Amino acid sequence: MSDQGAVPAVGPARIGRGSWLLAVVTLVVVGIAGVLVGSVAIDPTSALKGLADGLPFISLGSGLSEVQERVLFEIRLPRVVIGGIVGSILAVAGAGYQGVFRNPLADPYLLGVAAGAGLGATFVIGAGGGSGFIPPVAFVGGLLAVLATYVLGRTAGGRTVTSLILAGVAVAAFATAIQTFLLQRNYETLREVYSWILGRLVTVGWGEVLVLLPYALVAGAVLVLHRRLLDVLALGDDEAAGLGVDVVRVQRIVVVAATLATAAAVSVSGLIGFVGIIVPHTVRMLTGWSYRLIIPLCLLYGASFLILADLVARTAVAPAELPIGVVTALLGAPFFVVVLRTVRGSQ
Amino acid sequence: MRRTALLIALLFAAACSPAESGDITTSQASSTTVVETTTTSAQTTTTDSNGFPVVVTDANGEVTIEDEPRRIVSLSSTATEMLFAMDAGDQVVAVDEFSVYPGEAPITELSGFTPDLEAIVEYEPDLVVISYDPGELVSGLSVVGVTSLLLSTAASLDDSYAQIELLGEATGHAGEAEDLISEMQIGIDRILAATVVPPGISFYHEIEPTLYSASSSSFLGQVYALLGMENIADEADPDGFGFPQLASEYVVSSDPDLIFLADSSMGVTPDSLAERPGWAEMTAVQGGAVAILDEYLASNWGPRVVELLQSIADAVTTLAPVT
Repeated sequence: MSDQGAVPAVGPARIGRGSWLLAVVTLVVVGIAGVLVGSVAIDPTSALKGLADGLPFISLGSGLSEVQERVLFEIRLPRVVIGGIVGSILAVAGAGYQGVFRNPLADPYLLGVAAGAGLGATFVIGAGGGSGFIPPVAFVGGLLAVLATYVLGRTAGGRTVTSLILAGVAVAAFATAIQTFLLQRNYETLREVYSWILGRLVTVGWGEVLVLLPYALVAGAVLVLHRRLLDVLALGDDEAAGLGVDVVRVQRIVVVAATLATAAAVSVSGLIGFVGIIVPHTVRMLTGWSYRLIIPLCLLYGASFLILADLVARTAVAPAELPIGVVTALLGAPFFVVVLRTVRGSQ
Repeated sequence: MRRTALLIALLFAAACSPAESGDITTSQASSTTVVETTTTSAQTTTTDSNGFPVVVTDANGEVTIEDEPRRIVSLSSTATEMLFAMDAGDQVVAVDEFSVYPGEAPITELSGFTPDLEAIVEYEPDLVVISYDPGELVSGLSVVGVTSLLLSTAASLDDSYAQIELLGEATGHAGEAEDLISEMQIGIDRILAATVVPPGISFYHEIEPTLYSASSSSFLGQVYALLGMENIADEADPDGFGFPQLASEYVVSSDPDLIFLADSSMGVTPDSLAERPGWAEMTAVQGGAVAILDEYLASNWGPRVVELLQSIADAVTTLAPVT
C-alpha cells in the first residue's frame, strides 16, 4: 500500500491473516448455529440440506416439512441475517466513534441517537400507531436528535469535540425526559415501549433486511475506507493536520455514516446495548490498536456477537423469548472482564 | 386500549402476583366471632346492614375496617366493576381514569399507576381500593388515616371470587357479594354447557405485537382453560409466570386452530397477521379463525369475566374447525 509509509505502525500488522481467518470462521460457525438451533426442533442434517436447496442448481431433497421450511426461511434465517447486520453496524459505529472522539467510552448512542429513536418509538406506540410505523419514526427521531446535538454543539462551543459530546448528553437527557413523560401518560403502552428499549428481533423478516442493508453497506464502506485516517487521527488533531489530513472533515464523515447506520439499526431492532463498546474493545485487546484491523474485524465479530446473543435470547427459555438487550449485557459484561484480565495478565 | 392489569402483572408483580393474590382471603369467620363476642344483641350481626368493624385480609395482610365506608375511592377498574355490581356504587365517590365501566361510576383524573396522594385525599375517602402500589401508596394513606385495600391482579377465578367476597365484607354488602358470585358461576356454567368445543383444539392469545401471550397461569388463561382448549403459551411458561413472550417460529409451528387478538388497538388485524414472516400459511390465518377480543374485558378480572367467556365461546362456536 502506498500510504503505508505515512502511517506509523500503530498495531502489529502481521497478526493480520490469522485474525481474519478466525473472525470469518467464527461468523460462519455462529451463523450456521443460529440457523440450526431454535425453539422448533429441526433435524440439523435436513436443515443444512434445506439451506443448500435454497442455493441455485442444488437439489438434495431435505425432507423438511412445509412448516419447518417456513420456520427456517421466513423466520430464522432473516432473524440471523438481521442480527448479523445490526451487530456489525453497532460494533463498527462504536469503533468509529471511539476513533473520532479519541474516547474509549464513546458508543453508537453517544450523540443522542438512542434517546431520539426511543422517543420516536414511544410516540408511535403511545399514539396507537401500528408497529409498522415504529422503524421510520424511530429513524427520524434518531436523526433529529443528532441534528440537534450537532447544532447545539456548534453554537455552544465551536468545533471542539467536547462541546459536541456535552450537547449529546443534553439532547439525550431532554429526549429521555419527554419519553418518560409520554410513558407516564400512557401506562398501557409501557410494555411495548419497554420491549422495544430492550431490543426486539422477535418479528423481523426479509422486509427489515432490505430496509437495513443499504445503510449497513454504505456505513460499512465509508468506515472501512476511513480506517487508515482514523489511525492518523489517533495521533492527535495537530499531528494529523500536520500530515495533511482534514481532521474536521474526516470526523464529520465518520460520525454521519456511523449515526445514519445506527439510527437505521435501532429503528429495526430497538435499543441493543453494549455491542458498540464491547466488540471494538475486545477486538482491540486481541489485535492491537490499528483501526486498519479493528474496523473490518468489528464488522465480522459484531455480527457474530449479536447472532450468538440472539441465539441465547431465543433458546434459553424456549419456546419463550428473552429480551436480546438483556442477553448482550449479561453475556457481554463478564466476557469483557475475562478478555480484559487475560490481556492484562499476558502483558 | 387498556391492558394495564396485564401490564403491571408483567412488569412489576411478576413473581409475586399469583402468590399474593392467592393469599387474599376474607377472614369472615374470625370477624364474625369478634363481632359476636362484642355485641350483645346476638343474631343481627350476620346481616349486611352493620357488622362493623370487620377484619379482612388483603395482599398486605389484615386490615380492619372500623365503620361502613361511605366515601370509597377506587383506583382499580376491576374493583370499580365489582363494587357497582354488588350495589355498593352509592358509596363510591371517585374512580380512576381507566374505570370506564359502568358508565355511572364517578370517573375522575385520578391515576392508579402514578397515584397522587394529595389528589386522592382531596376526595376525603374513608376507604381506598387499589390493584397496584407503586411503593408508598398504602403507607402514605395510612399516615393520613385512610384505610386502603390492595387487591392485586387475580391469577384465577377463585382469586376473583375471593376479592368480591372481601369487598362485600369491607363495604357492608356481603350478601350481595355472595349473590354476585353465584350469578357469575351460573353464567359461566350456562356458557360452558351451551358451548361445544371440538376436542384437541388449540389457541394462541396475543396481548401485544411482540408476541406476549397469556398462559394458563394467568387469570385470562384460566378463563380459556374453562373451555378445555390447549393453550400454546403453556409450554413457554414452565415457571407459571403467566405472560411469556413467545418465539415467532414456535407460534408458526404450533399452528394453533384459533387466534385471539387483544391488541387490535395497536394496529394488529387478521390481515396484518398474514404480513408477518411465515404467518400467512398458518391454518388459523388462512381459514380466518382469528377473533378480536375486547381489550378492556380481557385485562380485568371482575364480574364481566362472564362476558369475556361468552365472546371467547362465540368465537369457538363460529370459527373453530369442525372435526
